[in-house]
Amino acid sequence: MIKWLFDGVTIGGQALLAVILALALAAPLFVDDYLLSVFIVTLYFAYTGQAWNVMMGFAGQLSLGHAIYVGLAAYTAAVLFVELRISPWIGILAAIPVAVLCGAIIGFLAFRFRVAGVYFAILTIAFAEFARIGFDHFSAVGGSAGLFLPVASYAKFDLWNLRGGPEMFYYLILVMVIAVFLICRALMHSRVGYYWLAIREDEQAARALGIDTFRYKMIAVLVSAGMTAPAGVFLAFYHNNLFPEQIFHISQSIEIILAPIIGGIGTLFGPIIGAALLQWLAESLRVGLEAVGIDVPGSKQVFFGVLLLLVVIAVPEGLWPWIAAKFRLTERKP
Amino acid sequence: MPAEIYLNVAVSGILTGLVYGLMALGLSVIFGVVRVVNFAHGEMMTIAMYLAIVLFATLGFDPLLMLVPIAIVLFVAGYLLQATVINKFITRPEHSQFLLLVAIAIIIVNVLLIIFGPDAQSVQTSYSFDSYQVGPLIIDATKLYAGAAAILVAIGLVAFFQFTTLGTAIRACADNYTGAQVVGLDVNRLYALTFGLGAACVGAAGTMLVIIIDVTPALGPAYTLLAFVIVITGGLGSMTGALLGGVLIGLTEAIAGLLYSPSAKSMFAFAILVLVLLFRPQGIVGKRTA
Repeated sequence: MIKWLFDGVTIGGQALLAVILALALAAPLFVDDYLLSVFIVTLYFAYTGQAWNVMMGFAGQLSLGHAIYVGLAAYTAAVLFVELRISPWIGILAAIPVAVLCGAIIGFLAFRFRVAGVYFAILTIAFAEFARIGFDHFSAVGGSAGLFLPVASYAKFDLWNLRGGPEMFYYLILVMVIAVFLICRALMHSRVGYYWLAIREDEQAARALGIDTFRYKMIAVLVSAGMTAPAGVFLAFYHNNLFPEQIFHISQSIEIILAPIIGGIGTLFGPIIGAALLQWLAESLRVGLEAVGIDVPGSKQVFFGVLLLLVVIAVPEGLWPWIAAKFRLTERKP
Repeated sequence: MPAEIYLNVAVSGILTGLVYGLMALGLSVIFGVVRVVNFAHGEMMTIAMYLAIVLFATLGFDPLLMLVPIAIVLFVAGYLLQATVINKFITRPEHSQFLLLVAIAIIIVNVLLIIFGPDAQSVQTSYSFDSYQVGPLIIDATKLYAGAAAILVAIGLVAFFQFTTLGTAIRACADNYTGAQVVGLDVNRLYALTFGLGAACVGAAGTMLVIIIDVTPALGPAYTLLAFVIVITGGLGSMTGALLGGVLIGLTEAIAGLLYSPSAKSMFAFAILVLVLLFRPQGIVGKRTA
C-alpha cells in the first residue's frame, strides 16, 4: 500500500510531501481564525478542482457548470437538516445520488445526442444557469432570499450535525482532500483511468480500439458529479446559508476550474498547487491593496484577471508539470 | 388579458431580438472563422454601451448616430486583441482558449466596475418615450430604430462576406485553414480582421441596446451566455441563423416575462437551448455536419 502510494515519487518529493502534510495537520495550532478560514477555502477549491479534474483532466470532457452539483448537493443536505433534523452524514447519502442523477441526465443527453466539445461545455453552463434561476423562484427552499441553517454557538463541537468551530471544518475538509486525492490516484492508474486517457487523447481512435466511449464518458461524469457533492454539503454547513445567486452562479463554476487549470490539468497535485497559489495571491493582493489604501470594488479582480492572463499565456500546461520537473519531485511525467 | 397585450409584447420582443441577433452574429462570425469561442463577447458589448453613455452624457451625441464610430472603435480593439494575443492561441486546446478569454472578460467587467460603479446607467434621448401606433399595436420608437439598425448592419455584413474579395478570402479561411494558407492568404491578418468584424457587430448591438435597457458592468457575463444561447439555437456559423435565433429568444423572453415572471425569463431561453442541443444540435437553420 505504502509502496504503491509513493511509486514514482523521488525521495525529495516524499520528504516534501511529509513536511507539507505535517504542517497541514498542525496548522490550526499556529494560525488565527481568519487565516484558518483562508486555508479552508483553499482546501475547498483543491477538493472541487480534483473532482472536476476527473471529468476534464482524465476524460477530456470540459464542464463549465460544476456549480450545479455543488448547489444541488448543498440544498439537498441543508433541506434535510433544516426540515427534518437529519444529520449531514445521512444527508450526504441523499446528496450524492441527487448530484449523480443530475450528472447522469446531463451526460446521457449530451453523449447520446453527440453533443461534444464547446457545445458540451455550453450545455453544462445552461443546466447550471437553469438551476440557478429555477432555485431563485423555488420558494419552498427560500427562493432568492436564501436558505439558512440554524447557527450553533461557536464553542460547540458536534461532529454528527457538523455544528462547530472552524477547526472542525478545517480537519474535515483536509480529510476530504486527502481522500479524494487517493481516490483520484487509484482511478488514474485503473483500467477506467487508461480508457479515459485514450478517450481524452483521441475519442475516435479509442472507439476504434473497442472502448465503449459512451459508457466511459458517462462514468467520468457520474464519478465527477458524485465526488463534487460532498463539497456542496460541506459548503452548506460551513457557511450556514445558501443563495442560488452564489452557489449556482457561473462564477462559482469558473472558480472551481481555475485551480486545476493553473496547477495543471490531468495531474493529481495540480488542483492543490493551483488552489494554494490562487488563494495566496488573492490574500496577498487584499493585504497589499489595504496597505496602500485602495478600496475600490473590482480592483482585486482586475489584478486577478491580469495574473490569470499571464499564467495562461506563459505556463499553458499549468504549474505542476513545470515544478515537478524543475525540482525532480517525480521520476516520470506526473 | 386582451390579445393586443400579447401582440404588443411579441412585437417588442421581436425588435429587441433583432438586436440580440446582431450581437450573436458577431459571436457566430468569430467562431465560424477563427474557431475560438469568444467568452468575453458580452463584456465587449458593455464596453460599447458605456462608450455610448459617456458620449451621450458629455457631448450629447445620440447613440444611434454613434453606431458607426463606436463599431469602428470596437473593430480596432478586436483586431488588436486577435493580432496580439488570440492568434497565438489558435492551436492551443479549447480550455486554454477559454481561460484566456475568461481572463479578458474578468478584466473588462472589473475595470468597468472601477470606472463606472455598480449602479445602472441609462440614456434618455428625446425619443425615449415616443411610440408609433399601428392599428391596435403600440411600438416603442427606441425599439423600432434599434431593430431597423440591426437589420441594416446585418445586411451590410452579409453583403461584405458574399460580394467582396476580402469577405470571400475570410470564408476561404473558415472553410479550409490549410488550403487558405496554401493559396497564399495571410490567415493571421484575416483572423484579426474577422475578430474585429465580430467585435464591431457586438459594438453596434451594444450601442443600440443602450437606448432600450439600463447598463451595469454585471451585464457582460449575462449577455455572453445569451449570445451563446442564440448562436447555438440559430445554428453556429449561419448568419441568418443568428438573427433568427435572436428573434426567437427575444420573443421567448418577452412572452415568458409577461406570462410568468420577468426575472425568470432567461430560464426559458436556457430551456430552448437545451431542447435545441438535444433535438436539433445543428440549430434551426444549420446544416448537420457530424
